[in-house]
Amino acid sequence: MSGVRVLVGTRKGAFILSSDGRREQWDVSGPHFAGWEIYHLKGSPADPDRLYASQSSGWSGQVIQRSDDGGATWEPVGNDFSYDGTPGTHQWYDGTPHPWEFARVWHLEPSLDDPDTVFAGVEDAGLFRSTDGGREWHELAGLRGHGSGPSWQPGAGGMCLHTIILDPARPARMFTAISAAGAFRSDDAGQTWQPINRGLKSEGIPDPDAEVGHCVHRLAMHPAQPHVLYMQKHWDVMRSDDAGDSWHEVSGNLPTDFGFPIDVHAHEPDTIYVVPITSDALHFPPEGKLRVYRSKTGGDEWEPLTEGLPQENCYVNVLRDAMAVDSLDSCGVYFGTTGGQVYASADAGDSWSHIVRDLPAVLSVEVQTLS
Amino acid sequence: MIRVVLPSHLRTLARVDGEVELQVDGQVTQASVLDALEARYPMLRGTIRYQHGGQRRAFIRFFACEQDLSHEQPDTPLPAAVATGAEPYLIVGAMAGG
Repeated sequence: MSGVRVLVGTRKGAFILSSDGRREQWDVSGPHFAGWEIYHLKGSPADPDRLYASQSSGWSGQVIQRSDDGGATWEPVGNDFSYDGTPGTHQWYDGTPHPWEFARVWHLEPSLDDPDTVFAGVEDAGLFRSTDGGREWHELAGLRGHGSGPSWQPGAGGMCLHTIILDPARPARMFTAISAAGAFRSDDAGQTWQPINRGLKSEGIPDPDAEVGHCVHRLAMHPAQPHVLYMQKHWDVMRSDDAGDSWHEVSGNLPTDFGFPIDVHAHEPDTIYVVPITSDALHFPPEGKLRVYRSKTGGDEWEPLTEGLPQENCYVNVLRDAMAVDSLDSCGVYFGTTGGQVYASADAGDSWSHIVRDLPAVLSVEVQTLS
Repeated sequence: MIRVVLPSHLRTLARVDGEVELQVDGQVTQASVLDALEARYPMLRGTIRYQHGGQRRAFIRFFACEQDLSHEQPDTPLPAAVATGAEPYLIVGAMAGG
């Protein structure tokens, strides 16, 4: 029987929420790695029992955990993230050069076809790859070294590489996004990179044609339409129809176009989801109403989804890696909040209910669809 | 045997309860104790000191015999009471961060 496994990373541990295909009754496992920050967990598309988790703390740094049994047991693997060669500098907040320093892994992206290959996006922004199940990590330094790296500046949350998307149609193509540098594309399996930020407008950047410096919060892609990318930027929801070569705004009738996550329906490549947040200064939903917005037209025309979500006195945030979809016949949509709730919809967003409501602040949500 | 006390989050990571006992050959220093600890518990590499250069992580402290040894050189011999196992070597997660 089909089912789903929701992988939740929080400020104080990881949780695994499991259900059958009806998605009505849930089993909650955790906290795993209690007391540690779990920025992200993700399962291998090639082997659903293979999971990777990024575990970190301000005291003891980075640990990578691996499970080979769907999260029942875990094994610490390699945690040496050394930048390739002499790391050099990027810009600090005051514009002075600042040495590249590893802080943590924000995002783990397992290969589409090899359980032992996994990519890691880190702070200070860099892309690493392991081909032995997480034991050893090597930087794909072409991203950091493509030319604009010394001019990158951290956003308020740190200079993190938070998005990694692998193109299923062109195995050598991948996309990354960095706060606050922008989006980048590689067409040679990560060896060389180019910025793909043409069309982005950011009021904090004086040059309207700036190649980098844009605070991209999240990218999303549907595997059946890999040349179409969606972006939630600091402000603005954007769309590209040419794999990032150019972007146009699709914020349309959203009540605010500030936000963090963006995701795509599993079966409808033009149906997308965002969670509007009041502003960069007010990281909570407008009017205290938690609303997911759905567009069935690939942007511009948006409808609020509110059934089952709190519509008063709600002042949580939904972070960039905290939304995901399953691929059951009726697409499930999931998101977690900084208030510790994980909400699920088994009908593509029409109605919602909480799976759990009192976890630590949720940092990430991923979903595995199990057959 | 050298007795080592880990902070709770590292005991969990290393899957140990209570003190760790280590055999250290040669001179007993902070570096040789940490080398022996990491050899037996590889998952602790990088969590107490950096993997390259061996510098202590900022919010980890080293205590023994009612002394703060955090700023001692890694190759300075530890007190005799630690070397004989009469006193434990304490690896402490500093109280910081609220």
